Amino acid sequence: MRSKYLALAAAILAGAAVSTAQSAEPKHGGILHIYHRETPPSLSIHEEATFSVNAPAMGIYNNLIIYDQHKPQTSIDTIVPELATSWSWSKDNLNLTFKLRSGVKWHDGGAFTGKDVKCTFDLLQGKAQDKFRKDPRKGWYDNLGDVTVNGDDEVTFHLKRPQPSFIAMLASGYTPIYPCHVSAAQMRTHPIGTGPFKFVEMKQNESIKLVRNPDYWKKGLPYLDGIEYTIIPNRATAVLAFVAGKVDMTFPTEMTAALEKDIKQQDPTAVCEIKPINVNTNLIVNRDKPPFNNPDLRQAMALSLDRKSMIDIILQGQGDMGGSLLPPPEGVWGLPPDQLKTLPGYGDVQKDREKARAIMTKLGYSASNPLKIKVSTRNLATYRDPAAVLIDQFKTIFIDAELEPVESSAWFAKVARGDYQVGLNLTGNGIDDPDQAFYENYACGSERNYTHYCNKELEKLFDQQSAETDIAMRKKLVWEIDKKIQEDVARPILFHARTGTCWKPYVKNMTIESNSAYNGYRYEDVWLDK
Amino acid sequence: MGTYLIRRFFLMLLTLFGISVLIFVMLRIVPGNIADILFDAAGMIDVAEKAKLEHELGLDQPIAVQYVEWIGGLAHGDLGYSYVSEKPALQEILPRIPITAKLAGLALLFSVVFGVPLGVISAVKQNTGLDYVLRVVSLSGLSMPAFWLGLLILMAFVHYFGTIPIYTDPPKDFWSALWLFSIPAAAVGFRSSALIMRLTRSSMLEVLRQDYIRTARAKGASNQNVNYHHALRNAVLPVVTVIGIEAAFLMGGLIVTETVFNIPGIARFLVEAIKWRDYPIVQNLVMFIAFVAVMINFLVDVLYAALDPRIKYS
Repeated sequence: MRSKYLALAAAILAGAAVSTAQSAEPKHGGILHIYHRETPPSLSIHEEATFSVNAPAMGIYNNLIIYDQHKPQTSIDTIVPELATSWSWSKDNLNLTFKLRSGVKWHDGGAFTGKDVKCTFDLLQGKAQDKFRKDPRKGWYDNLGDVTVNGDDEVTFHLKRPQPSFIAMLASGYTPIYPCHVSAAQMRTHPIGTGPFKFVEMKQNESIKLVRNPDYWKKGLPYLDGIEYTIIPNRATAVLAFVAGKVDMTFPTEMTAALEKDIKQQDPTAVCEIKPINVNTNLIVNRDKPPFNNPDLRQAMALSLDRKSMIDIILQGQGDMGGSLLPPPEGVWGLPPDQLKTLPGYGDVQKDREKARAIMTKLGYSASNPLKIKVSTRNLATYRDPAAVLIDQFKTIFIDAELEPVESSAWFAKVARGDYQVGLNLTGNGIDDPDQAFYENYACGSERNYTHYCNKELEKLFDQQSAETDIAMRKKLVWEIDKKIQEDVARPILFHARTGTCWKPYVKNMTIESNSAYNGYRYEDVWLDK
Repeated sequence: MGTYLIRRFFLMLLTLFGISVLIFVMLRIVPGNIADILFDAAGMIDVAEKAKLEHELGLDQPIAVQYVEWIGGLAHGDLGYSYVSEKPALQEILPRIPITAKLAGLALLFSVVFGVPLGVISAVKQNTGLDYVLRVVSLSGLSMPAFWLGLLILMAFVHYFGTIPIYTDPPKDFWSALWLFSIPAAAVGFRSSALIMRLTRSSMLEVLRQDYIRTARAKGASNQNVNYHHALRNAVLPVVTVIGIEAAFLMGGLIVTETVFNIPGIARFLVEAIKWRDYPIVQNLVMFIAFVAVMINFLVDVLYAALDPRIKYS
């Protein structure tokens, strides 16, 4: 009898092994259904700054080079060729030449050539006759002098100063190549790319539909017949739709820890991953406005922070303490824990708060005479919730703060005018690279340097690290800069959040990136084991 | 009657003109415009580029000029372009009207089919066990928030049937459309039917106490004849008014139901358009909803005369 059971078990195991082996072979066909959290403003990636656009639109396009879509941690080492077949730097690191793939066709049948590359970057730099309605990453290409076309199959990028990490930006999901022959306006309404999926339609509040590109230059790909994003803004409905199998996947990085737990309870077969998305929540203090122009006061504010309790309360522990760059192990450039601990506000909370109270007392504030301030933030839950905890923490150092929720549309204009005392903001980094983070958020005069922090000496270090080709040496410089930024209380980072994505077990080859939310949606080799 | 209709027609035009001015001015009082929102979404503050976009869209012109341009276009059937999708506003609005109309129509049907007869039964069987049960049901309908009821229905479907009755694709035939819309319509109609049931009940109770009802009974008329022919016909006037109000509300006020059941109807689209300050969409949609409301009110007035010959219009 026992041997019968053993034989049966062996047969089942053998069957399972065969089935696994069969399912490991990618299958063609099927539509991948994903819910989308909102109607994106357009699918013209260059004009937008939210992964609500990148997620559905990345499949339409190709870059010259791209981060390997199956390596969760993106870095310069994971960059692979796409429309380019190879690239090389000149000896002085000022000229970057790409050999281009031949035989690539745009979705409307035209041939891709080097001219399209030049057109794309001319548009981004505002040099073209045609213009973008908005150009949020113009600053990424400040160091780009010009792009020259050497025949149909080669282009060279001429930089003003050496910037080895320039390729990190070219590899981002934010840097697709656009066709010369299609206007910027049409790219917003009916985008044309060379990517694995063709755009079919986008209906506001309904859906975004992409269909397989049969002429894709990667023979045999994509596996899917198409991708359909159903727009379901109500999260409760969206979660139920996933559990009921109406969609195969949740919107990337949209699940909180609580929702992920709920999904696993209702559908234990769901595959869920919670990872950092390289978006940090930070404190902005208007250093031009008294009394906040006093560095001691800003120091006291930084010392009052209890980051761990913030992460526990708001994110149920799904967050990380870090500096301006995403902390390791997922982040490539972030400050390691031993160095982080030495910074003001990252050590013993009680001791730091005692120091903060001493500073406040010296400045004339006390429990009976607190400093009354307003904490402004966008009127969105992801902003309001940490702001409420922040206000509570300020109370420990004689700061009596009041929350000022600001209508979303008025937020950036208000911050730009300097019409705030203290604010809470969220900063998303398109790529995990110091150049993007430092120049965009901390350089003197940068549009996104909301606190107007300006340290000319530090900016020299920005350039130095940017030009450094030795990774270890660059990392050392980057840590030095990040520490200085935190010590100067330029924009104290409260936490780096982690969020989740879930999909059904039959969705194969899905990789969620662990240090970015903007670069991993090509989906050309994702397949359905149905 | 003819003079009355002409007078009502001009009154309707005046009302619509008032609404057009109100919505136009109110939209521009709300802080921020499409340029602010687009640039905010991109995390940018480039003042020059923003001003350029405002100029392109004509938002830098005086309000009066913008208003005249809009009304002029409207008179010629040109509703302008959506600032967000950059498609003609008419092309964006038109496909959503039948979706909401189906949902609203079914919900209204549900509320009338259940509300009126149950209201009559509740009045005729006053203070009996059945009346108490119906009163509890109607009070529940009035007090249960639509989003809560909607989510509860969705959760029950997922739990017990492993499916979810939400809109993901346009229904392919009549039956799939009926299936798709009947559940959210029932969720909405439950509240409306509760309202109609309570109103029918109180109106019927008042009529049933009248002398002519007693006379009809004395003449040997059957209960059914008295209740449905003599009483209901006279009790139904306030109910018709409420049905009219409900019909107008259902065309533009189903934001919660459309959100929970993911129906791409008018109300959700309107809220989305307000979020983006997509003026051409908001203005034209509000005007459409106002037009429907005004027309329904007009029809209700006409229906009064048909239902009660004593009512004469002059």
